[in-house]
Amino acid sequence: MANRIDAKFEELKKAGKKALVTYILAGDAGYETTEEAVLAMEQSGVDIIEIGVPFSDPIAEGKVIQEASLRSLRDNHTTLAGVFEMVARLRKKTDMPLLLMLYANTIFRTGTDFFFDKCAELGIDGVIVPDLPFEEHDEFREAAARNNVHNISLVTPTSHGRIGKIAAEASGFLYCVSSVGVTGMRDSFSTDFDAFFDEVKASAKVPYCVGFGIRDGETARKMAAYCDGVIVGSAIVNKVAEFGTKAVPEIAALCKELRAGLDAAH
Amino acid sequence: MEKIGRFGEFGGQYVPETVMNAVTELQEAYDRYKNDPAFLAELHDLYHNYAFRPSLLYYADKMTKDLGGAKIYIKREDLNHTGSHKINNALGQVLLAKKMGKKRVIAETGAGQHGVATATICAYFNMECEVYMGREDMERQALNVYRMNLLGAKVTGVDSGTATLKDAINEAMRDWATNIETTFYCIGSVMGPHPYPTMVRDFQKIIGEEAKQQILAAEGKLPDCVVACVGGGSNAMGVFYDFIPDKGVRLVGAEAAGRGIDTPEHAATLSKGDLGIFHGMKSVFLQNEEGQIAPVYSISAGLDYPGIGPEHAFLHASGRADYVAITDEEAVQAFEYLSKVEGIIPAIESAHAVAAARKIAPTMRPDQIMIINLSGRGDKDVQQIARYRGVNING
Repeated sequence: MANRIDAKFEELKKAGKKALVTYILAGDAGYETTEEAVLAMEQSGVDIIEIGVPFSDPIAEGKVIQEASLRSLRDNHTTLAGVFEMVARLRKKTDMPLLLMLYANTIFRTGTDFFFDKCAELGIDGVIVPDLPFEEHDEFREAAARNNVHNISLVTPTSHGRIGKIAAEASGFLYCVSSVGVTGMRDSFSTDFDAFFDEVKASAKVPYCVGFGIRDGETARKMAAYCDGVIVGSAIVNKVAEFGTKAVPEIAALCKELRAGLDAAH
Repeated sequence: MEKIGRFGEFGGQYVPETVMNAVTELQEAYDRYKNDPAFLAELHDLYHNYAFRPSLLYYADKMTKDLGGAKIYIKREDLNHTGSHKINNALGQVLLAKKMGKKRVIAETGAGQHGVATATICAYFNMECEVYMGREDMERQALNVYRMNLLGAKVTGVDSGTATLKDAINEAMRDWATNIETTFYCIGSVMGPHPYPTMVRDFQKIIGEEAKQQILAAEGKLPDCVVACVGGGSNAMGVFYDFIPDKGVRLVGAEAAGRGIDTPEHAATLSKGDLGIFHGMKSVFLQNEEGQIAPVYSISAGLDYPGIGPEHAFLHASGRADYVAITDEEAVQAFEYLSKVEGIIPAIESAHAVAAARKIAPTMRPDQIMIINLSGRGDKDVQQIARYRGVNING
């Protein structure tokens, strides 16, 4: 069966549209809130959703997602097993591409083969592992490939000479980090986007999306000009931080704004 | 693809892409300088004239007689400038940072000894220094916080997670990812992504090299046993490394058993941990079934870490070194014992090695030799030990 991520990018390309990819941390304000939010995001123009699995020590995250991880683990005792059950419930209601974003130890400790077999069984189309650089991709390569699960590669403005080799091997889509540092919303970007995306464009064989720091329709519109889609995380997670179990309408409104921003991009 | 920076299956470079180029840049710089005669000459000059090396290998006559087993020598890393072995590594890394043209150095610290050592060298080289320290450790080691401030370093408290060493490392990594072009991350132990475990061991291996020469000069033969405490494991790797090919030398690491390895409150990684991937390396970590890193505990802020350097994990897996777990109570008793018997107040970290030695030495013959690596001095711990014993010394 074709991977849903690939099918989605094909569909978007035909329609001449940019991908809206969002992130939500599983179990923050409870599994039900996450579940409702995923479905509401789909209804609000989101194409692909990354479901974050909370980790005790999220070293690549800024304050917003760090605190969400802590809340999810401490207040709701979220587990990977619980996230799998939630995805199983979601799969009865949606056929949109779903990814898990999680740290290498969560996969490794669960058992790499077991984990990726489970992804295939549940219909998880990809994983993003923030502490697994290109040099260590072998860790999960075989198990992911066997199960047709994309292990998404990241490039950053500090990747310099590495962009070519990373982009050439990327599967699913390439996650372009807009600026140095950890995840989170930013008032400004310091990156020379033209130079960065020229390098990405020259070697990418898959669609490329940009993330880190996109928070509203306007930033989404600006960044979309450089790539095939945008990824929004902290701005969504921030709504859960602020509104808890009542966050779903707020998230839906934000996604509609992001969608409108993207559709206005050329 | 060729795997670099591995000790058997342990090690690697499991870090976010943002810092990967910096890791590679460091690896290239270290490869360039590690055998460079001018760099090594400068480093050894600093070891000698600034850090006060070589450190003494002291024959502990009274302890030997009292325990009635092996002949005991103590490698006095506590006599180094800044009071611990941490200066060896800080000198090497900050010198390397200077060669690489970095202006700002960051570090994490648990007990504060690595932070103090890094702050000291940064003062010496006139470099900007910021040290991340868990809020809980700042309270346990208030004296070292003040020392770092005196030395011109900024100490940033970390409130996230358990507010101890692992959280300080998390925060230092986030800083590094954010300020990657200007900043050198001076990791305090034989941990993290390659090249750190190898590089830090290389800067610390002088301990074992000196000890070997000194024991051969004093006794005309190699020791039978070398004992060191292990948190991340830098002083132990430093003293072990030169003895690894000498198969007759038993290597023993003393981990922190806190309130006991059968309680949840310990930091005995090799005794109770499982293989995992964290802080840039594949190694052994204390964690739950789903891979969440465990909150750990030890009376010693310097051993209060849920993982261990990959080379130790390898020495453990291959059976080349043994690791034993020492409780808070045993460590405090050893702290008091060495103070009374030899007139040497050890760091509470090093007291774990002394406690292991007290168990092992009596099982050895009088013609056998043991070296204890005394990684640091205990002035910083006096207040906490008093509190542990229920003595109020604050007036």
